[in-house]
Formats: sequence, structure tokens, C-alpha cells
Amino acid sequence: MTGTVQRVGQAIALVGVAALLGLLVWKVAFGNEDGAADELARGEVVTAPAFDLDRLDRDGTLSMANLRGKAVVVNFWASWCIPCRDEAPVLQQTYERYRDQGLVVLGVDVNDFRQDARRFMRRYGITYPVVYDGKGSTVGKWGVRGFPETFFVDRSGKLVGERISGAVDIERNRDAFERGVALALGSKQ
Amino acid sequence: MRRVALVAVAAALALAATAAAAPNPADLEAELVCPTCDTTLDQSNAPVAQRMKQIIRQHIAAGWTEAQIKADLVDQFGPGVLAEPPKSGFDLLAWLLPLGLLVAGALGVGVVAWGWSRRRDARDGEDEPPARLDPDLERRLDAELDRYDA
Repeated sequence: MTGTVQRVGQAIALVGVAALLGLLVWKVAFGNEDGAADELARGEVVTAPAFDLDRLDRDGTLSMANLRGKAVVVNFWASWCIPCRDEAPVLQQTYERYRDQGLVVLGVDVNDFRQDARRFMRRYGITYPVVYDGKGSTVGKWGVRGFPETFFVDRSGKLVGERISGAVDIERNRDAFERGVALALGSKQ
Repeated sequence: MRRVALVAVAAALALAATAAAAPNPADLEAELVCPTCDTTLDQSNAPVAQRMKQIIRQHIAAGWTEAQIKADLVDQFGPGVLAEPPKSGFDLLAWLLPLGLLVAGALGVGVVAWGWSRRRDARDGEDEPPARLDPDLERRLDAELDRYDA
């Protein structure tokens, strides 16, 4: 009887250790999966990660699939982010300038209050579509490391150009921004 | 006069009850997590954490309860904004599982200790010196052995 109890105890302990080891292996193998930004930086061909989020500029939702066939500038921002204020007019001008050629600027408002985001949009006259991601569900998949960050998606839904960290159209990244827009639109650069 | 005094006492009690029910911002800040830095609000100076603290104070001033404030923040930032998982639904597992493991561990240790003590008792029984013979029988045995030797 005692021997049986001991063997059962040993079996349970072994199963526990094996389960913990399995979790560790799984975490190491899959837990630190790179976001799209890292794959893009390695020169891989990356499809823009999917999302379907509530819109802030009007009722309803918007997904990446809805934008297939369009060139898209995806901008991750938040109303509490200071550089986001600096780049807002540039993004709005870009949208107005290229929308007839099929370019959409898409704002993704992350970790923010809806009312703050809407106030920000009114203040900076933003008319391009903006979706709300309060939980930050897009951050990991896209590989966003801070705010603002901007990506370029071509008409086939692939990421092109390079990820821009920080406000767009300052001295540091003006060329990268213009090249990203051109690649998304399908113009040669 | 007596009626006026009663009304005054009732009003004072109602005011005291309202004041007692008002949530404490410091308590709430220790129970809510900053979404960009994964620490509680009271430990964070991140811009979003500062804005959340401001909103919490606004809600308290507007007479919101603790549950209403938490519900609003969960609606905006998701359940991850709560430092402790809710004690309902699937999240209840986060509370029950450690308790269950603790009980199972204690039971396991108890069973193993019981098994060891039983084994030792059995071993102790085997090591005991043999019982002494009956003195009469011993005398007879000695006599027989002496005769055999002789």
C-alpha cells in the first residue's frame, strides 16, 4: 500500500516537472515571436498583420482586409504622446495630397482614452480613418516599441519601406517617409 | 423642533455614509496597472499613467463608485488594467489554482511523511532483540546442552 502511494506520488511529481519543462520550451520557442517590424528589418516579405477594430472617426469597425487594394500608411499613436502632436499635421497633409491616388492614412490609437483621442482628432483636424486599440492588441503583432511609429503597406497588403520610430517628417526620417509613401503607392523610388 | 433635529441627524448620517463610500484614489492606483509600463499606477510616472490618475480623480469627484471606475478603465484598456484578476468566470482559476496546488502539495507531503514513518516503524520492529526464553525452559535447555557436552 505504502509502495503504491509512493509510486503514485513520484508519477505526479514527474508529470509536474515535465509540464513545467514543456512550458519553458514553449515559451523559449514561441513566446518571444518577433513582430512584423523585426521581420521587415531582416528584409523578409511580410504581410501586414490583420486587425479588426472599432473606428473613432465614425461608427463601425475597420480591418486591414477592408483596405486591400489601397496603399496604407499605418500610424500608431496616442493622445498623451507628445511627438504624436508634432506629426499629426504632416500625416493629415499626406492623406489630403495622395488620397486621390488611393492612399489611406490609418491611425491606430493605442493605450488611450477614447474621449482623449477624439479631442486630439478634433484639435488637429484629422479626417483620415482612426481605429481604437485601447488594449494594445496590435502592439505585439506589429512589433511596435513606442509611440508614434509608422509603417507602409502596399496595395497587395505587404509591408514596404522601413518602420519609422518617432515623429515623421523631421530631418532624421523625411527621406524614409517619402520613400515609404512612394513604395506603398507602387511608384518607383 | 424634535422633527428638525431628526432630519438634521438623518442628513448628517447620509453625508457620512456617502463620504465613507467614496473610493480612495491611492487604493485605486495600487489596484490598477499602467498599460505601457506594466507596473501599478502608484509606481508609474508614464504619461498614460498620469492621465489615468487624473481621470480616476475626476470620476471620484463626480461621485462614481470604485466598481464603476474600474469598469470604465477595463472598458477602455481591457481586463489587463486590473492588478488582480477578477474573482469570476475563467479568471477565478487564477485564484483557485494556487490554493488547489497548495492543498495538493500539503496532502502529498503528509502522505509521503506517513509512508516514511510506517516504514521506519516496520524496520524498528525487525531490529528488536529476540524475546528472552522462559526461565524454566532456559534451565532445561542448559541442562540438555551440558549433558550433550559431557
